[in-house]
Amino acid sequence: MSDSETQSGPQSGARRPVRVFLVDDHALFRAGVRTELDSLTDEVEVVGEAGTVGEAVAGIGHHKPDVVLLDVHMPDGGGAEVLRRSRPDHPEITFLALSVSDAAEDVIAVIRAGARGYVTKTISSQELVRAVVRVSDGDAVFSPRLAGFVLDAFADRPGAAPISDPELDLLTPRERDVLRLLARGYAYKEIASELFISVKTVETHVSSVLRKTQLSNRYELSRWASDRRLV
Amino acid sequence: MKRARVRVTILGVTVQVDEAAQRTAGQTEEGTGVVAPSRDNSPAVAEPKVFRRRSGRTIAGVAGGVADHLGVDVLWVRAAFAVLAALGGAGAVAYGLLWVFVPQAPADAGEPVSTKERQQAFGLVALGIGLAVAVGTLSGYVSGWVAGGLAVTMVGAVVVWREADESQRRRWRAGARSGVLGGGGRGALVRVLTGAALVTTGIAVFLAPGVKLDQIQFALLAVLAALVGVAVLTVPWWLRMVRDLGEERRARIRTEERAEIAAHLHDSVLQTLALIQKQSETPREVQRLARGQERQLRGWLYGPAGYGARVSSGGVKPAPGQPQVIVTSTLSEAVARVSGEVEDSFAIKVQHVVVGDCEVDEKLAALVQATREATVNAAKHAGVGEVSVYAEVEPEQVSVFVRDRGRGFDPDGVSPDRHGLAGSIRGRMERNGGEVRLRTALGEGTEVGLTMPRASVTRRTKEQA
Repeated sequence: MSDSETQSGPQSGARRPVRVFLVDDHALFRAGVRTELDSLTDEVEVVGEAGTVGEAVAGIGHHKPDVVLLDVHMPDGGGAEVLRRSRPDHPEITFLALSVSDAAEDVIAVIRAGARGYVTKTISSQELVRAVVRVSDGDAVFSPRLAGFVLDAFADRPGAAPISDPELDLLTPRERDVLRLLARGYAYKEIASELFISVKTVETHVSSVLRKTQLSNRYELSRWASDRRLV
Repeated sequence: MKRARVRVTILGVTVQVDEAAQRTAGQTEEGTGVVAPSRDNSPAVAEPKVFRRRSGRTIAGVAGGVADHLGVDVLWVRAAFAVLAALGGAGAVAYGLLWVFVPQAPADAGEPVSTKERQQAFGLVALGIGLAVAVGTLSGYVSGWVAGGLAVTMVGAVVVWREADESQRRRWRAGARSGVLGGGGRGALVRVLTGAALVTTGIAVFLAPGVKLDQIQFALLAVLAALVGVAVLTVPWWLRMVRDLGEERRARIRTEERAEIAAHLHDSVLQTLALIQKQSETPREVQRLARGQERQLRGWLYGPAGYGARVSSGGVKPAPGQPQVIVTSTLSEAVARVSGEVEDSFAIKVQHVVVGDCEVDEKLAALVQATREATVNAAKHAGVGEVSVYAEVEPEQVSVFVRDRGRGFDPDGVSPDRHGLAGSIRGRMERNGGEVRLRTALGEGTEVGLTMPRASVTRRTKEQA
């Protein structure tokens, strides 16, 4: 099995394929993604898959993949539960949420549980590969919808709760610009040329926004995240 | 003799009541939905016939309920009960039986009661009791002891029964929990215990006429001990009953939930899948159907009037089959609707993101129309399957960007006979004080930026995402 090979950093010189683990309770969907990823490119290699939370936690521990593609809605707690149980033991593994839902509660809950990005299942295969490679490089992946939610959550509206930690609870104007363009459907490269900055800087801004989204105590963020756990 | 009269009286009332109820039921069926909304908890018109009043009641709302259904003044019904009470307590027994068998009105009619009526009612209650005791004592049929005991017992029963009504109402208000006490706190407990003590005293007095005080004490203690014994012995049984009730209620809710989901999936998803199978030769049509269905299902699951929203807010569900009317009044809803329409007509994907939200006024309606026009242009001419629409509500203005990665065009080379951009977008925006910015080049896609200053700064905070 390929898990005997030594773990090297994701950015080793000659690029080895990103090892991906699929978690989704629909076998049909797993099969589809596996076929797409395997046939389309050499950049990504599917090393395993799981259909339940328990299987996923065990499989992730066994295969130690680079990236876990994680469904949000599953029995027994869904993607957030997998994140809660896997991340403490394997902080080096990155998680990319892949869901059919684009409700704020789902998106924000799984981001706050530790996912590095969120894409919907209608994404094209090429874009999915790009997203997987991007999160494996340590960057964040924001779908336009997620960018919209985050902009909304950080908006200054009258009557909002007071800011307790400006470092986490406010976006810089530049981060806001980047998010706006993301929400408008721009790719990182297009954002870079639009704002006259490098792609690397765009990535830095997005990662910083991700960190704030995960850690901030903004009312909307915590409310969206807790709403989902009740259902 | 007296028993027979009681029964006749009760039957008389019941028969009359039934007739009245049938009359109203018939009327309601003719004019459907006239009565139903005011009693939203009763599923059909035919089932419950008489309801006890909830407001304007003196003891339990029985007289009021009977009066409502007979169409007479409540004063007469009360007077009738009082007079009947004199006839060996028939009125009191009838009242008690109606109290037990007639349900409370689930919704409050909310009629205010005048102080005068209230005083009259209490007067009649006192009169009824007085008459019953007086007639009973005078006729020698019951002795003073017995009458006193009966009266005390009745008062105790009334106190406890009222508490049961009260707890039922609390349950309607707050959902779960059963039992006589139903979450009423210490006050309810005190009332129930007082009532129970009164009943016990009354029975003891009734059973032991002429006995000495210590004997009464002994009797009371014996009764109390017996009650406690029974309560302790039946604890497991009570617990099981409560648990079974809860379990049954949960099962019923689950079943209803499942039925609702099944009905919805059948009406929408299965129908669309059937259509898709029929249209499988035309990918464009399949795409259109799939997108339309996806949007509808998403709206149902996560939308403001949707299934998920109702579940998470714990709100009351509209009865199945009732159409859910969604009034398009905010910008996010309007943009979603417009995107959906373009998706449907042109079989493309319109990805829309709205940040912030506000009411749509005249200016913003023009903006939404311009957005629609720009999206249609992109769908028609760009030659790609996806268009992004982004709208942001800012304090002073609303901006919309419609973007595609299609073939783009040369703005100067557009033939003058095509008025889409000039008339529908630019004209419409400028008439309302807005601006249009266009960025495009051959092969580089197109982005139409629309900004509209806001008339009022009454910003509506978004209720949900």
